[in-house]
Amino acid sequence: MILGVSIYEILTLSTIIFFIGVYGFVTRKNLIGMLMAVELILNSTALNFVAINKYLYPDLIEGGIFSLFIIAIAAAETALALAIIINLYRLVMSLNTDNLETMKN
Amino acid sequence: MESIVFYIIALIMVTFAVMSVSSRNIMRSIVYLLFVMIGLSGVYFMLDFSFLGAVQLVVYAGGVIILYITSIMLIEKIGESMDKPKLLQQIIAAVITSLGAGVTLFAIYSYNFNMVADINNITTVEDVGFALLNYGENGYILPFEIISMLLLAAMVGAIVIAKSGKSTNSNELKN
Repeated sequence: MILGVSIYEILTLSTIIFFIGVYGFVTRKNLIGMLMAVELILNSTALNFVAINKYLYPDLIEGGIFSLFIIAIAAAETALALAIIINLYRLVMSLNTDNLETMKN
Repeated sequence: MESIVFYIIALIMVTFAVMSVSSRNIMRSIVYLLFVMIGLSGVYFMLDFSFLGAVQLVVYAGGVIILYITSIMLIEKIGESMDKPKLLQQIIAAVITSLGAGVTLFAIYSYNFNMVADINNITTVEDVGFALLNYGENGYILPFEIISMLLLAAMVGAIVIAKSGKSTNSNELKN
């Protein structure tokens, strides 16, 4: 735990970053911009896991392990999503969500 | 002293997160996201979880951001700014998200956490290794192996997806 900082401050920080990510996900029209907002959301949840582990159950380690799994899955998700986006860009020549109505052909 | 450092890091993170979701230039937006990642790894280091902080630095700040920058350079004109969302849409999104943040913060502050004062709790790399590769009680070897298979499958899948698009595109060009 951090000296002089209670769990409320850390949870406040992660809540604010989570909702900034939600705001970005709703307002962005660019696919990569939306993906970046999802990264913000994932990071804030990982911070939540670690903070609750460290402040409420300091002798356990599960929160940190789950944060590690979140980071690994987020890396896999980013690689796949960027591959799909690059493939889509070759077909449509655009990243704007308004132009991406066709699902096939 | 540590609390002052935490507040500075939190301020940096929130500022750069707001700039990252509101900047119109996608390259600047991704660099602002990099600062958020570095600040988060600083918070992990302050929480005495140095392994997770190092992983955050290596995987996110080193790997994922570089992946984003490369793909942006591949497909987007860098100087071009993104479409501006409509003002009404921005206002509605801001109102809804601040409402959600208010409800969540109210729930957090009205709940009474019984915190355990344990200052000398340092999670070493050894602890993480024992937890990850332990197949007894509280061991995580099965998820660990599944994650490794998932990463392999995602990598193969990404290569296949990126390649298949190229072949169909060249076929279209021939026709």
